[in-house]
Amino acid sequence: MTQQGVRWSAEQVLALAPDAASRKAGSKLGAAGPWSEAGSCDEGTVWGLCKGSGSKPYQTVVDIADATGPAYKCSCPSRKFPCKHALGLLLLWAGEDAAVPAGSPPDWATQWMEGRRKRTEEKRAADASGAASASADPEAARRRAERRAERVTAGATELEQRLADLLRGGLASAEQAGYRLWEETAARMVDAQAPGLAARVRELGAIPGSGPGWPVRLLEECALLHLLDQGWLRREQLPDGLAATVRSRIGLPGTADGPPLRDHWLVLAQYDTADARLTTRRIWLHGADSRRTALLLSYGAAGRAPELALPVGLALDAEVSTYPGGGRQRASLGAQFAPPAPTPVRPPGMTTAEAAAHYGTALRGDPWLNSVPVTLDRVIPTPAGDSWQLADADGDTALPLAPSARSRPGLWRLIALSGGAPVKVFGECGHRGFTPLTAWPDGEGEAVRLC
Amino acid sequence: MNRTSTPVDAPAPGAWEELVTAALLGTERRTPPGGTAGREAPVALLDAAALETVRRRAGLRPAPAAERPAPAPDDPRPPLPSAAARRLALLLADRPGTGTGGRRGTAPDLMELLPQWLAAANARGFAPPPQTLPALLDAARGRTDLRPAALTFAGPRATWLARLNPDWRFALRAAPGGGAALPPAEDEEQTRRLWQEGLFAERVALLGALRTREPAAARELLASTWSTERAEDRLMFLDSLRTRLGPEDEPFLEQALADRSRNVRATAAELLSALPDSALAARMAVRACACVAVDRTRETPTITVEAPHECDASMERDGVVPKAPAGRGERSWWFGQLVEAAPLRTWSARLGGRTPREIVALPVADDWQSELHGAWCRAAVRQRDAEWARALLGAPAAPEAGGPGAVSLAERAKLLGTLDAAERAGWVAGFIAAHGLSEAFQLLGVCAVPWAEPLGRAVVDALNIARDAGSYPWSFSGVMGLAERCLDPSEASRLDGLLAIPDEHEDASPGAGGYWAEAFQRLVTTLRLRAAMAQELGAE
Repeated sequence: MTQQGVRWSAEQVLALAPDAASRKAGSKLGAAGPWSEAGSCDEGTVWGLCKGSGSKPYQTVVDIADATGPAYKCSCPSRKFPCKHALGLLLLWAGEDAAVPAGSPPDWATQWMEGRRKRTEEKRAADASGAASASADPEAARRRAERRAERVTAGATELEQRLADLLRGGLASAEQAGYRLWEETAARMVDAQAPGLAARVRELGAIPGSGPGWPVRLLEECALLHLLDQGWLRREQLPDGLAATVRSRIGLPGTADGPPLRDHWLVLAQYDTADARLTTRRIWLHGADSRRTALLLSYGAAGRAPELALPVGLALDAEVSTYPGGGRQRASLGAQFAPPAPTPVRPPGMTTAEAAAHYGTALRGDPWLNSVPVTLDRVIPTPAGDSWQLADADGDTALPLAPSARSRPGLWRLIALSGGAPVKVFGECGHRGFTPLTAWPDGEGEAVRLC
Repeated sequence: MNRTSTPVDAPAPGAWEELVTAALLGTERRTPPGGTAGREAPVALLDAAALETVRRRAGLRPAPAAERPAPAPDDPRPPLPSAAARRLALLLADRPGTGTGGRRGTAPDLMELLPQWLAAANARGFAPPPQTLPALLDAARGRTDLRPAALTFAGPRATWLARLNPDWRFALRAAPGGGAALPPAEDEEQTRRLWQEGLFAERVALLGALRTREPAAARELLASTWSTERAEDRLMFLDSLRTRLGPEDEPFLEQALADRSRNVRATAAELLSALPDSALAARMAVRACACVAVDRTRETPTITVEAPHECDASMERDGVVPKAPAGRGERSWWFGQLVEAAPLRTWSARLGGRTPREIVALPVADDWQSELHGAWCRAAVRQRDAEWARALLGAPAAPEAGGPGAVSLAERAKLLGTLDAAERAGWVAGFIAAHGLSEAFQLLGVCAVPWAEPLGRAVVDALNIARDAGSYPWSFSGVMGLAERCLDPSEASRLDGLLAIPDEHEDASPGAGGYWAEAFQRLVTTLRLRAAMAQELGAE
C-alpha cells in the first residue's frame, strides 16, 4: 500500500474532532506554519513538532493504521481527544504532500509506538488469560448469571405491574404525573440490573411532552415495553434468536461470538448521539464481498467523543464479529490488515417500497427495531408540505424524512448534492421515517457525509 | 412514513383507535375491545396494543411521491481540483463564533482568506462541489461583503437551492451578473413580465443586471412604470442607474428632479452633477462661480469666497438641501453643496486659466479653505477626476499630509480611488515611508490586492521600524491583518529575517519581541498558505 493511496480528505480528518471548537482550532493548525520536522512512514504513523505558546514545541504523533481507529499522543496539556495538534497534523498530512514527507520516525515517536504495541500485546494476553480465568470457574459464573436473571425477573415483574396500573388509570394521568414517576421507575430498573428496561422507561417520560399524537406514541412504547417484559418472563419458550434479542434488549452483556468475517468493509456512516450520561457512537460498515451491513457501537463519557473513529468513504480490510440478537447486526471490529484506503465500492441500493418492506421483515427477528440500515437507489429529495421526502426517480412512491432529520444541516447538503437529480442515499429507515446519513451523486463522485 | 394508510390485514378498521381511547381513559372507565379471557383488562390491552403496534409498523407502506422539484440548471464550469476542494472545506469549517477569542497566535485566520480564495476560484471559472453550497450560502448570509463573490462562485445551483430555503432568500435578491433567475437578454416579453409582476427583490436584480448589459433598455424599462412606483422603490431603482451612468440619462434624471419625494430628487440631482455636461451641472457652475473669485489686489493672488445669502426655489429644485445640519452655518452649507455639484473644469476658466495643482496651491481668504477644498474633494470623487484628485492629494511625503490637514484621511482614501492601481500604490507607499503606519490603515484599504512591490516593501519596512521602536504588535494589528491578506505571497522569503525573537532593548515593552516574532510568523504562514491556495487553483 502506498502512502499516497491512504491519505485522507480534510473532511474525514475533521470528523474525528470531539467538538466544534476543536474542529476550528485544528483547521487553523492544518497549515505548514507552526509545524516542523513533520513526517510519515508506511506503517501508518504521522508525527510532527508543533509550535505552541511555550518555548518547547509539542510533540504530536498519530497512528492511523490501528485496528481500533487512529491513536493519538501529544505532549500538550489538552484533555480533548484528539487534541487540536493531532487534528492539525492530520490535516497537514491530508492536504499537502510536501509538508509531511515520508521518512523514518524520530526517537520520541518510535518510543511511543513501541510502548503502544507492547501494551496492546499485553492487553491481548491479559484478555486471553482473563477469558481463561472466567471459564476457570464456570460454576461461579453460572451462579452470578442466575442471580442477575432473578433480579431482572423481579424488575420485569414490577414493571409489568406499573404498566398495568398506568393503563388502569389511563395515559391521560401520565401527562399530569410528569417526569418524576418515570425517573423513579427507571431507577428501580437500574437496581434490577436491567439497563435496557431503564433506558426505555426513561424515554417514556419524554413522550407526553413531545407534541400532538403523544397518546399514540406512548401506548406504542408501553406496549413494546410490555412485550419485552413478557419476552423475558417467557424466554425459555422463545426460539434461540429471539431469546438472544430479548437478552440484548434487556441490556444483559453479550460477547461478539460470531465467527470473524474478513472483508473489505466500507465505512458508510459515523455519528454520535449524546444524553446526560453517555455519548454513543454508531459506525455503519458495508462488506464489499459479503454484502453484509454491520454496526459498531462505542461509548464515551458525557461530552467526550468515543475513541473509535473511522473515516467515512474509505474501506478497511478487517475482520468483524457479530453479537447475538437483533438479527446479528451489531458487531465488533477485530484484526485489521491494512490502513483504511479509498475504494470505488458503493453499497447496492433498493427502491423505497423495498426499503419499507425490508423494515417490516426485520421486525420479525426484532420487533423492537426502530429502524434498519438501508441504501436507496436513485431517489430525489423532494419537498412535501413543510417537510421533505426521498422520492423514487423511477417510481411514484417516497419515504418521508424522520422528524429529527428535518432540521439537520445534512439535509441541505443532500438537497444541494442532488440538485433535483437522482442520488444514492444510505440511511436508517424505520417507523418514524428515513434518516439520511451518507449520499453519493448519480455519476462519479465521493461519498458525502450528511450526519 | 405514511401513518394514515391502513396497514394490510387490519383485523378491523378502527381497532387501534379504540385501543388508544381505552388506554387514554384507563380500563377502569373504558373496557378495551376484544378482551382476552383470563387476563386482567390492562394486561389484555397491552397485549393487543403490542400486537397492533408491531403489525402497524411491519405493514407500513411508502407514501405517494410529491411533485419532484425542477432539476437545478446545469453548471457548465469545470469542477474544482480536489486539493482546492479540500481547502474550501477547511476555509468554510472555520466559521466565526465556533472558537474561543483571545490571542491569535501564529495560525492564519482562515475565514479572512475566503474572499480572495473565492476571487481566485471565480477568475479561473471553477464550479463548487455541490455539497459545499449550504456552507457557502451560510457564510455569505453572515457576511454581506462576501456575497457577490460567494454567489458568483456558488453558481446557478445555489440560486436553485435558495428558492427552497427561506434562510437563503438573499441569494435571489443579489443574483450576480444576471444570474439564472433572470430571463435571457433577448427575451423582451419575459423581461417585461418579470418587471411588472416580480417581487421587489427580483425587480431590483433584474434592473441591475439589465443596466449592466444595456443601460438604455434598463432606463426605458424603469421609465415605463416610473409614475406608479412607490417612493421607496423609486429611490432604490434610481440608485441602480449609477451603473454605467451617461449623458443619455439626463432627460430622465432631469424629470426626476420634480419628483414628489425629496430623497428621489436629491439622488437625481447627485447623479446629474456627476455628468459634467448636464444642464444641472451648468446651472450649479454658474451659482458656484458667483461665490468664488481671485483677489489680485493682494500680494499673492488669493481666493476669496462669498457664500450664497439664500437658498432659493431653483437651487432647492436642483437638489440643494436648504436646512443645514446642527452646528453648521447655513451659508457655508449651501456653498459646499454648490461647489460639490459644479463641474471641476469650471474652475480653470474662472480662476485665470490655472491648472488644478495651481488652484489648490492658492491661499484661501477668511478660513474658507477647508470648506472649499472639502467640496472639491467630493466633486473629484463624484466626477472621478484623476487630475484634480492628484492635486488635492498633494505629495505623499509633504508634512501636512500626515497631520490633520485640509483633506481628511477618509477623503484621501476616496480620492485615491480615482487613480489607477499603480499610482495609488505608489502614493500610499510614499505616505507610509514618510509618516509610518499609524494613519495608513484606511489608505491601505483602497489599494489593489496583492499589493504592488513598492507598497509591500514600504509596509514591511515600516513594521520593522515599529518593532525596533519597541511598541507592541497589537498596536498595528489592523495593518498586520491587512498585510496577511494583501501582501504578495512572493514576499514571504524576504520576511524570514524577522521571524526570530530579537534581543530586548532596555526601553522596549516587556516581551514585545516575542509577540512580534509570533505576528511575523503568522504573516509568513498566511502568505505561504495563500501561495498554496493559488497553486491549488492552478494559478501560475
